[in-house]
Amino acid sequence: MSTAAVIELRTAPHLHSGLSVEEIMRNVVYALLPLCAYSVWLFGLSALLSMVTAVAACVLTEHLICVASKRPTTIGDWSVVITGLLLALTLPPGFPLWMVVLGSFIAVGPAKMLFGGLGFNAFNPALVGRAFLQAAFPVAITSYTPALALHRFTSFIPSTFAIPLLKAEPLTAWIAQVRVDAFSGATPLVMQKFDHVTTDTWTLFLGTRAGSAGETSALLIALCGAYLVLRRMMDWRIPVAMLLGAALTGMAYHLASPALYPGPGFVLFSGGLMLGATFMATDPVASPTTPLGLWIYGLLMGLITVVIRFQGGLAEGVMYAILLGNALSPLIDRLTQPRIYGAQAKEAAR
Amino acid sequence: MNIESIPGLRRLWRGVHVPDYKETTNHLPIRRLPFPPLLIIPLSQHAGAPAVPLVRAGQEVVRGEPIARADGFVSVPMHAPATGRIERIDLSPSARGTLAQAIFLRPYPSASQEILYGEPQDIEHMSPAEIVAAVQQTGVVGLGGAAFPTHVKLKVPEGKSIDTVVVNGCECEPYLTSDHRVMVEQPHEVLHGARIAMKAVGAPRAVVGVEDNKPDAVDALRKANTADSGITIEAVPAKYPQGAEKMLVKVLLGREIPSGGLPADVGLAVFNVATLAQIGDLLPRRQGLIERVVTVSGPAVTRPGNYLMAIGTPLRWALEQAGCAANVSRVVLGGPMMGAAVSSLEVPVTKGVTGILAFSSGSLNGQHAILPCIHCGRCVDVCPLHLNPSQMGLLARKQRYEEMQAELHLYDCFECGCCSYVCPSHIPLVQYFRVAKQALRERKVQA
Repeated sequence: MSTAAVIELRTAPHLHSGLSVEEIMRNVVYALLPLCAYSVWLFGLSALLSMVTAVAACVLTEHLICVASKRPTTIGDWSVVITGLLLALTLPPGFPLWMVVLGSFIAVGPAKMLFGGLGFNAFNPALVGRAFLQAAFPVAITSYTPALALHRFTSFIPSTFAIPLLKAEPLTAWIAQVRVDAFSGATPLVMQKFDHVTTDTWTLFLGTRAGSAGETSALLIALCGAYLVLRRMMDWRIPVAMLLGAALTGMAYHLASPALYPGPGFVLFSGGLMLGATFMATDPVASPTTPLGLWIYGLLMGLITVVIRFQGGLAEGVMYAILLGNALSPLIDRLTQPRIYGAQAKEAAR
Repeated sequence: MNIESIPGLRRLWRGVHVPDYKETTNHLPIRRLPFPPLLIIPLSQHAGAPAVPLVRAGQEVVRGEPIARADGFVSVPMHAPATGRIERIDLSPSARGTLAQAIFLRPYPSASQEILYGEPQDIEHMSPAEIVAAVQQTGVVGLGGAAFPTHVKLKVPEGKSIDTVVVNGCECEPYLTSDHRVMVEQPHEVLHGARIAMKAVGAPRAVVGVEDNKPDAVDALRKANTADSGITIEAVPAKYPQGAEKMLVKVLLGREIPSGGLPADVGLAVFNVATLAQIGDLLPRRQGLIERVVTVSGPAVTRPGNYLMAIGTPLRWALEQAGCAANVSRVVLGGPMMGAAVSSLEVPVTKGVTGILAFSSGSLNGQHAILPCIHCGRCVDVCPLHLNPSQMGLLARKQRYEEMQAELHLYDCFECGCCSYVCPSHIPLVQYFRVAKQALRERKVQA
């Protein structure tokens, strides 16, 4: 027998499941693509341009930071593409592009790379980017346009090309021009909170309504999430726990005052809850690792979401709920370390 | 063949389903491998004190003759695996990578290889203490890989009592089928060994746990078993690492071995099937352990199989006999999840070697870049001991070993490899833990 000149010395285990970070991240991107496509169908060219811009800006930021810090580029792990897509999907479809670029830079630069890149970010980068935009441009980020507007495949929403740092024209006139009957620019959450008009659950489920680019269709988000769960690339416990937390809290409010607060169906399918619970709260880097911790984390975020919606000044609370959950996750992890095999027996034996 | 799994919720919840690659060899009968030109019998093939040579260079020995004696209670003797001449007692490469003392024995090509040593002994009329002493003389150690002297486990610790003997026939490591074939071909020896163990520890019953991917083994054992033996044979759903004794006793009997404790703490004694088969075979004839069944398999092996080979057979000889591709790049002793890759093919087969696996270059992934931990929690979900490998890995990177020991139960980890297996960032977690344990030992010595 002649053996190879070199015998590899490696340590056990010599087998690997074969699943890699790149594959997980790539599959999350695949799962987001249907949402992107639906968003383009609902909101037209502006939504498409917003996504392309966000992804390009995010990838470029990460690559340039890697080059500047003389490290091999990390864009190959695909995680930055997710950040770009998620940021665009959580913004209004006609969000000014220069602001998209700024938000992308904040998401990838300070929120991710400054912490050390993939695996070290304390918060979901896309949400940090969005939180920055919300604080900096409160009007633009609440300027929603109606779904299925006329000419959406041939023209852009005027605000898309807003000139940096100039006061933007209000969209009211444009919306009046293009809107199809029954589709208003106000999101269901805003209508419910300020006008006490509850959108019916079926519309919310299918998503033919105003809102952030990718948050509208609960059904589509659930399907895309199910794909990731079935491929074992997403932890189902987090979205389930978060939706459960929101539904239970919503139910409590509804039972206390049915006239004031809508039922759990509305709570679940309106706003960004589905998108946030499925694609953002599940960012593994910023969520706990222990089985019990995952449930606590999810339930807590669901609760905070609904409390912000019903008690706070904002119409939507998903973003802050997830960021708070991210902040708490190291603590949750610490408090929920599982009981190890044989531990109880040890104490009893003493 | 219809086997029933044990009812209820008793199963291994954690752990991983690893492709088992057992179909290559699980149907192949045990075949004898020819003697190599030179046998290398290390004096320390077991946990405990190395054996003391009874022979010197130039001496002629007969197959089965003791050539080294046990040094104290936690030690076992060695027996000559072949009739031949002692060439020298010298250093030889070992599986651990270090050189270790070994007896070099050159078999006579024309000798009859008859085993002349040994005499019948009546186990029915032996006391537990006599059985323990007799088992030590056979030189049998845990053949499942741990190589812990079996007679030590048969001696019930002071103040403890054993109510059940657990027989481990799981063989959950991929590729390995040596225990499987022993159960199929020598069920009577296995059960006889179990009865001897029951007698030694004073247990009225024994439970044999076999993974349900070996229905023929379950069948063979059940057929060989008698109703009044006190032995039951249970099929358990296959999952890695069920063959770890901590896992198996939980699945079979719902008992947890305390952290840092022994099976005897919960009234159990656990033995591997191949170990008991050897005891059942050797003890009545008062002979010594001189050979064992080893699975030779892996993508680079052309004639994989279950080979009965003399203790001391060099890996190179075993692989030559089984046929081996030219581009072998990694040779593993034991299973692929916990086995060690060897640095030299002159390493001999010892009593604890369950398998020899040869992989050609490119058939194993191990070349993947290590990425940062993304906290996905897969390792936490699979750890059979409910440890937190993710957290320990992060601490290991910062060399905070004391915290790993004090807060995260580092020493409970038995290095099954599930965490490294599932890690999408390809972090060599188990290796980090081994390094941490070694560093803690060194710090302790220095202190």
